[in-house]
Amino acid sequence: MNYPYWVAVGLLMLGLYTMIAHRNLLKKAVGMTIFQTAIILFFLLLAVKRDASLPIVSGADVDPARFMNPLPHALMLTAIVVMVATSGVALAILIRLYARYGSLEEDVIAERVASDEADPA
Amino acid sequence: MRAHLPILPVLLPLVGALLQPLVGLASRHAAWPLAVATAAATAAAGIAGLLDVLARGTRRYSVGGWAPPWGIEVVLDPLSAFTVCVIAVVATLTLLAGGPSARATYEGEEPTYYSLTLLLVAGLLGMVVSGDLFNVFVFLEVASISSYALVASGGGPALAAAFRYVVLGTIGASFYLLGVGCLYALTGTLNMADLAARLPAATGSPLFGGGIVFMVVGLAVKMGLFPLHGWLPDAYTRAPAPVAAVMAPVATKAAAYVLARVLLYVIRPEGLPVGTTLAWVGAAAIVAGGALAATQVDARRLLAYSSVSQMGYIALGLGLGVQDALVGAYLHILAHALMKAALFVALAAAVLDGRGPTLRALRLGSRMPITGACAVVAALSMIGVPPAAGFFSKWYLLQGALAAGQPILAGAILGGSLLAVVYMYRFTEAVWFGEPRAAGGPPEAPMPLLVGLVALAVASVAVGLGNAALVSNVLGPAAAGVGR
Repeated sequence: MNYPYWVAVGLLMLGLYTMIAHRNLLKKAVGMTIFQTAIILFFLLLAVKRDASLPIVSGADVDPARFMNPLPHALMLTAIVVMVATSGVALAILIRLYARYGSLEEDVIAERVASDEADPA
Repeated sequence: MRAHLPILPVLLPLVGALLQPLVGLASRHAAWPLAVATAAATAAAGIAGLLDVLARGTRRYSVGGWAPPWGIEVVLDPLSAFTVCVIAVVATLTLLAGGPSARATYEGEEPTYYSLTLLLVAGLLGMVVSGDLFNVFVFLEVASISSYALVASGGGPALAAAFRYVVLGTIGASFYLLGVGCLYALTGTLNMADLAARLPAATGSPLFGGGIVFMVVGLAVKMGLFPLHGWLPDAYTRAPAPVAAVMAPVATKAAAYVLARVLLYVIRPEGLPVGTTLAWVGAAAIVAGGALAATQVDARRLLAYSSVSQMGYIALGLGLGVQDALVGAYLHILAHALMKAALFVALAAAVLDGRGPTLRALRLGSRMPITGACAVVAALSMIGVPPAAGFFSKWYLLQGALAAGQPILAGAILGGSLLAVVYMYRFTEAVWFGEPRAAGGPPEAPMPLLVGLVALAVASVAVGLGNAALVSNVLGPAAAGVGR
């Protein structure tokens, strides 16, 4: 019954692995997005309820068992905004890195940064 | 006005950050005075808040009039009001002192720089005053995203450091969010006070342990706690000098505060060895950070590793959890913010004068006696020489470690001070006796830089001399009731 949570955990691991193991910085940024999306999925799963409707109260029907919890959705809207901002900053940095060092491979950049620091232009 | 005092320290820098680009359109010379004025007003609001809390007790403020636990709550108690004052006052002084350095670094782009620094301050203060776990995450990201951009503004090598910081910082913030999710699933609430009341009934669940581990690991990344400090040395070393001066003293402190708040006041994990683990990891951080600092040739990297070591002291105190250790950890938040700010400002003065960043090329003393003297005062505080603030925070930590029956941890505290003697001696030696440089240029650092630097150095000593009043009025009550 809990299999959707396993999907969230699987995505979480996939994202974390990509961030740690890949040498390409753009792939690290992709891993970061997968990682954040997995957390959003986890929060939304908390709100899942069978045979419940949207939390819009009309008339006398105020039995909470018949409505789903809207709070995780509201929280995740904020988290998505945060995620977009983080990805934006990450991509902006990658564009500047590529323009300066001509590569997005971690090793190549580390090499060129080292020669930069030895002889700052 | 008094009714809104708890939220003012967040609103002021936030509004100031939004005003920066607008004012920048009219005159970019107005950016720096406006930023310093905003930060000073924030510090004044923080101090007024602290005095109010000391006089009348804890203040709770419902944002937008929505009552907690549904609405977001802002809480000023002795600990949060104290931390607000530390962050706001140190940020004011570093923004003042960093002005000449920022002008040299960001010719024409200053409004953007000050906008980001004020956003950083707003985020850090928001983390401190918020009484809602999810709201803390949002402010944590406001502060983090601003600091990613600030580090990246150095260009070149700083970009690589900034990307590393983005990835590791996001892992930290996401782990924290995952921990919040676990506790929310367990209790159905995000309000700290509400959560503290509901959690004792739910400690048996695996979600409880999982939530705590995720939150502590996430916050440990954010506070640069060894061995999760990977982002910190490169970020502080490659960031432009004024950014390092603003960021290094305060950025990790807000995360340390949240860790203290969550572990001691909200969750209180009695059955799990969280405190013990944190104390031993802190001891490892003290020794490893100090040893790494002692081997550096770059002055900025030396100061960065010294931050890793000093954050270890705070973690050790929080982990021990006895009254004296907590007071020491809280006092060290203030002491380390002051001395690290002074050292990075002195370094910014050197960079402005065309010196550094290697230790060999530092030599401020003969040409900048006041700057050099302030750097020495801060270095003595770092080592823990009385009557500087750093001595008293370590003294309380030491007493706490002995009271808790942990002589090995007490040994780590003393060992960290010995390592600080080594690396701070190398720093001071470089300041006073390094390679001479050809004459030319002004004999001292610019006046605003000197004013901020002298204020930081004097404050380091004044906090040490006045530590008894601070501890009995503010920090003692803050730690009372939560200490073991």
